[in-house]
Order: sequence, then C-alpha cells, then structure tokens
Amino acid sequence: MTTAAATHTHRDDVGSRMGMWLFLFTELILFGGLFIVYAVYRFKFPEQFQLAARELDTLVGTVNTIILLTSSLTVAMSITAIQQGKKHLSMMLIGITIIFALAFLVNKYFEWSHKISIGIYPQSPELLNKPPGEILYFGLYYVMTGLHALHVIIGMVVLAFSMVFIATGKINQQSYVKLEAGGLYWHLVDIIWIFLFPLFYLIS
Amino acid sequence: MTTVARTPEPDYLHAQTNRKGIGAWIFSTDHKRIGILYLVSMLVFFIAAVTFGVLMRLEMLTPGKTIMQPQTYNTFFTLHGIMMIFLFIIPGLPAVFGNFLLPLMIGAKDVFFPRLNLFSWWLFITGGLLALVSLFLPGGPADTGWTFYVPYSIRTTTNVIPALMAAFILGFSSILTGLNFITTIHRMRAPGMDWFKMPLFIWSLYSTAWIQILATPIIGITLLLVTIERLFGVGIFDPTLGGDPVLYQHLFWIYSHPAVYIVILPGLGVVSEILPVFARRTIFGYKVIAYSSLSIAFIGSLVWAHHMFTVGMSNTGMFIFSLLTFLVSIPSAIKVFNWIATLYKGSIKIEVPFLFVLAFIFQFSIGGLTGLMLGVLSVNIHVQDTYFVVGHFHYVMFGGTGFGLFAAMHYWFPKIFGRMYKNVPAFVGWLLMTIGLNLLYFPFLIMGYMGMPRRYYDYLPQFQTYHVISTVGSWVLVLGIIIIFVNLILSLKKGAKAPMNPWGGKTLEWTVASPPPVENFHEIPIVEKGPYDYSEYEIKPEIAK
Amino acid sequence: MSQPEEQHTQHSISYGRYILIWLGLLAFTGITVTLAGIDLGRWVIITSLVIASVKSLLVLNIFMHLKFEDKMFKIFALVAVATLTIFITLTFFDYAFY
Repeated sequence: MTTAAATHTHRDDVGSRMGMWLFLFTELILFGGLFIVYAVYRFKFPEQFQLAARELDTLVGTVNTIILLTSSLTVAMSITAIQQGKKHLSMMLIGITIIFALAFLVNKYFEWSHKISIGIYPQSPELLNKPPGEILYFGLYYVMTGLHALHVIIGMVVLAFSMVFIATGKINQQSYVKLEAGGLYWHLVDIIWIFLFPLFYLIS
Repeated sequence: MTTVARTPEPDYLHAQTNRKGIGAWIFSTDHKRIGILYLVSMLVFFIAAVTFGVLMRLEMLTPGKTIMQPQTYNTFFTLHGIMMIFLFIIPGLPAVFGNFLLPLMIGAKDVFFPRLNLFSWWLFITGGLLALVSLFLPGGPADTGWTFYVPYSIRTTTNVIPALMAAFILGFSSILTGLNFITTIHRMRAPGMDWFKMPLFIWSLYSTAWIQILATPIIGITLLLVTIERLFGVGIFDPTLGGDPVLYQHLFWIYSHPAVYIVILPGLGVVSEILPVFARRTIFGYKVIAYSSLSIAFIGSLVWAHHMFTVGMSNTGMFIFSLLTFLVSIPSAIKVFNWIATLYKGSIKIEVPFLFVLAFIFQFSIGGLTGLMLGVLSVNIHVQDTYFVVGHFHYVMFGGTGFGLFAAMHYWFPKIFGRMYKNVPAFVGWLLMTIGLNLLYFPFLIMGYMGMPRRYYDYLPQFQTYHVISTVGSWVLVLGIIIIFVNLILSLKKGAKAPMNPWGGKTLEWTVASPPPVENFHEIPIVEKGPYDYSEYEIKPEIAK
Repeated sequence: MSQPEEQHTQHSISYGRYILIWLGLLAFTGITVTLAGIDLGRWVIITSLVIASVKSLLVLNIFMHLKFEDKMFKIFALVAVATLTIFITLTFFDYAFY
C-alpha cells in the first residue's frame, strides 16, 4: 500500500471508476457467452424450451426479482447517505442489502433442491429421458443461475468489506469510491438477473 | 520518500526496498520490476515450448517412429501450443514491454492500478505453474491440442481440467492487464500528450487492451463450460445430450481469432516505433497507422468463423466470414505500405533492432498473403488442417510477433538494463534466426499445399525431403536463438554502460536515465512535439533548391 | 492521501428519486410477468427482452450513475453492448441460414 501511495501523488476517482466499469464489461461479456449459447439452443429447440420452462415457478422468480431490485435500491441509497456524511445510515443500508442477498440465495436453494427432488439434475435418469432441448435448457438453467448465484456471493463479500471500511473510516464522506465500486458490482449482478428472469421463467 | 534525495537517485534495479532478495521483486508494484518479472517467467516458458517444438521437428525427420511414441507426440504439440500461445506470445509484448514502457512513454510514474498489476503477474504465474503441474498429475498431460475441441476434450481421460483452468486463469490475468492499460492511457498521459501525440506502440497497446477486455471473457466462459460438462455431465456441448460441438468452435474462435490480433498488434506497434528511429524520418501517415490499429482490432473481432469453413456452416455464414476476412487485410496492408514509405529518403542506420524489423516486415507479408489465400473459400477447403495453415500461422506469429519481440529486446535492452550488448553476435544471431525460420516454415507451405495434414505423427515418403529441410531449419533457428540469449545475458554484467539515448529515439522513455529511476520522472514532462519528429534530419525543399 | 478532492464531479442523487426509479422497476416487472401470462406467441420473447432492456437502462443510468459520468463512460458502455450484439448476430449468420 505504501509503495503504491508513494507513486500515486494525487487521487483520481474518475479513473478508479473507469477501471471498475471496464471490469463490469468483462463480466457482461462473460455472461454474454452464455447468452449466445442460450440463443442458439433456443433457436434450435423453441418448443422444447417452452415445455421445459413450465417446470420453473414464476412466482419464485418474481419474488427473487423484487428482492434483487430492492437490494439495488438500498445499495444506491447507501452512497447518497455516505455523501451526506451519515455513516450509520449508510452502513445500515448496506446491511439490508446483504440480508436481501441472503434471502435471494435461500430462495434459490429451495428452488434448486425442489428441482433435484423431482429428479431434474445433470445426468439424472429422469432428465436423460427428456428430449435434447429440455436437457440443454436445464443444463443452461443450472449453469447460468449457478454462476449468477456465485456472483451474488462475491457481491455479498465485497459489500461486507465496504461496511467494515465505513466503520474504520477508510470509506468516508470525502473518499467513497470503494463503496461506489462495490455498488456498481452489485447493480451488475442485478442487471444480469433482469435478463435471466424472463429468459428462463417467462417463456412457457 | 518522494521528495528527499534528489541528486544521486538510484535506478529501479538498485533501489532500496522494504523487502530483501527475491521478495523485493515478486511483491514489487513498480511497473518496471513487474515487466522484468514477466520477461523472466515468459522466457522460461518460451524455452520449454521451443524444446517441445524442436523435439517434434526431430520426430518428423523420418516417417514412422524417430524418437517418440505417438501419444507423446500428441502431448508435445498440445503443450507446445498452450505454452507458446497462452504463456509466451499473448503476454509477450503487452505484459513485458507494455508494462515497462507504457508509463514511461506517456510520461507517467506508474500504471493506474499498480497493485492490480502485480496481481496480474501472480495470476499469470499461477496459471503457468498449473499448466506445468498438469503434466505430472496422474492421467497424463492433455492431448487435445491447444484448441480443446469438444467432444474429444470431454471424453479423453487425460488431465484436461487443469489445462483448462490454467488457460482460464491466464485469461483473467490478461483481462486485468488490459483494463489497467486502458485506464492508464485515458487518465495518466502527461500534460500536452493528446491522443495524436502518443507513440504508436501505445496506440497498439490500447487497441490490444480492448480486445483483451471484450473477447477474453468469451473464452473464459467457454473453458468453464467444458470443465463443468466434464465434472458434472451437464448438457452443453456434448452431442449425445443434444449439444452442438460446432457452437463450441464458434465460442472458442470468438476469442481465439481476436487473440491473434492481441499477439500481432503490439508487434506492429514495435515496428512503427523502431522504424522511424533508424530511418531518421518522421513516420509516414501517423494518424492512419493509429486508426488502422483500432480498425484491425475491430474487424479482427468479426472474422472468427474462417477457422471453421469445413465444419458444415451455412453458406451465408461462410460467405459473410470470408468477406470480412478480406476486409481485415486492408488496415494490415496500410501499415506495411506506410512503413515502406517511411524508409523512402530516410537516412537509414543499420542496427540489429532495425534488421529484426526488416525481417518482420518480410515475414509478416508472407504470413499475411498466405492468410488471404486461406480466406478464399475454395482454397481453404483444399488446405484446411494441413501444414499450409501451420506455416501461415507460424509466419505471422513467430516471423511477425516473435521477431517483433526480439527487435524490442534489442531496441530497449539498453534502457531496461542500462547496458549495451555486443553487435556482432547479435547480428549473427539475427542472420541465423532469419535463415532458420524461413527454412523451417517455408517447406510447411509447400507440403501443406501438397496435402500433408497437420498433427499427424506419420507421413508418406514423398514429403520427407521437405520435412528434412524443415528440421534442419529448426536447428539453425535454435542456434540463432541461443547465440542471442547468450549475448544478451553476458551483456547484463559485462556490457558497456548505456547512454540515456543510444539510438536517437524521440519518445519520452529516452529522456530519462538508463536504467530509469524508480519514479520514472522527477517532474512530469510537458509534451509539445509529436513522437517521431525527425524534421531536423530532413532536407528542407527550399535548401535543396 | 485522503485529502478532499478539489473538484467533486460525482453527482449526488436524492433518496426520493431512487425510490421513484425503484417503483418504476417494480412496475415493469409486473408488466412483464402479466404479459407472459397472456399468450402472445412469438412476441413474448421480444416484449420481455425490450422490457428487460428498459429496466437495465434505468439501473445503468440512475442507480449506477452512468447518466452523470464522463461521456467516455457512455461510449465504453455502447462499445461493450455493441460487441456482444455483433457476436450474437454473426453467430446467427451460421445458424439462422442453415
């Protein structure tokens, strides 16, 4: 840290945010690869994708969408709070965001275990008996929501660190670019879900 | 630390640091030290990969078995490919010379995210070691070729997963370097250095960094998908589960074709940097060269499926991708013409870096022109998966960027290490490398055109003459490489002290001491002139009258 | 190091505005779920993707402050989205004309 600080004589928040945005674009393209796979297979097996999507519960998906949208709101508000110097409010808002993230994951856990209990999981005899389009649909379902859930977990860790940094004063009213970066990451997780939701839950 | 001790400031190689010994290097956030870290680690992988290559050539000396078993041969070409591509040529110019020179050339004290920069190197070395470890794990080294094509990569029992993970981690390292460079170029240019006063090497790094950011994630997710498919049997690409192996190839080449431009663009940048210095001539068409870097990066991202003309794509797809492939040759040719035009009426001074650049232009042109042949649909079907493709590829990668790397090594060696190397051995090394490379790869083009398939362990007797010439070429090439390395390594200690600006370069890195001080610049310079202003050498028209 | 920045370019957004945007996002979610319940045939995918795009634009511009950032950031975002679009389109030159 000290060596880095020595070479950086001035602070450049715009540059830091630029780096974060560039990183978000790589995340976008990472999921983009999966969207390409999804698009091609859906194009090849439109009916089987529709049939397979009936297995998903739209209500669970909608609830999770609302949870993530609201968590995006709270993390955005926490930045306004730190800009106004309201340290505790900001920490509380981040805490709420993390609780929402947990709720999302719990929801996801029950959804996955329900699928597994009715025999839909990779290499299950139940799934292997289905037509190829449905096998691919559930393959993509597990991979895409799984990778997304992994990002939710990473986002939680990042936000937890931001909370600690606010408590120790490393993030403060004058210097909060780290919180902004964490928030940006969290919003990206939200945006990915905004697209995953209709593609998997709303096509039956 | 920043303001005291102005006058006898130590250079970055000898500076006092908190840590001692190797820790002062592998935990340093100084971009110059990180550049050296990349240089050393990359050269280790390069030597390993060259060894695999030479052994493969030796195996091909005679038909049938010469020195190794077929499975060993499969492993060797896989490892040669993975190491050369992911560990040597992709990080080669950007990570080594980009790291060292980017801040110096734009008048900055470091890159924008110094600690992230160090982290990238750690990822690089982790990925490299993982690739090495996978050789010795039970199951045996991967035998899929560097392309990891499904369904074979899902079925084979060899250690594909460690190799895939290695490539994934290396990709991540490449992404972080790319975003670091873009942010640095946008935010840290010295006052007065507007976009069109940047050295052309920086333009090429900038274009490269965009490809690194926007294309690498695709290979990341693709390799991850193959891993998941192997581990859990999830249906993605496996045809028995309804998957489409051709889709894998699309995703693989969406990254891997632009990766070719990650490799070649910095090489083109090095040429644009070195040529005007030794021609004592303002570079011809600066803006066009700068824009051509961007347009190569852009068009190069649209042509991937020309690797797949025989997999049974739709005719429309083949037509579109063939057309786009021809388009990418336009900006490449623009560069070559501009270099030639720069030499016209120049006061050319023959030095070793310049010779490497000349060989680069010659070999890159052969590689480029055979690339056009490959872009023609009918010819492509004839030579697909033959030595012709391998020859074309090596002409561009080694004859092009490899030589660019050696040119860069000889051009910036005095700046990086503060020593001069001996000219005669360097010249001999260059001569042997150039002869060896052409002896090695030109027969590939002929053999391939006659139908010799790539990756085959055995061949028909009528190809033997070409294989023998080619194998001899590999010995000459390696001899040249050895001479060059020995010369450079000896010069590290024994070479004469290098002056600040031995070649008469006009870019900012030549305005600081050799080797540069830790902080690069005492005061951030103010840039007024363009990077290649050699007008004082040029005869003014009114004087000529 | 933590000297106050001379020029604070960063925009501050009021809680009220955030909540307004959030309500909008919830409304769009409601619309897209309702539309999916009606049998629109081929239009389902198009309408739901359009709504998803509108929602992301709201998140990008307001929650992520893209609207108030430097022009360069917007160009970057366009380049990234355009790249992905081009990748998908070109892949479909193979699949759609098969």
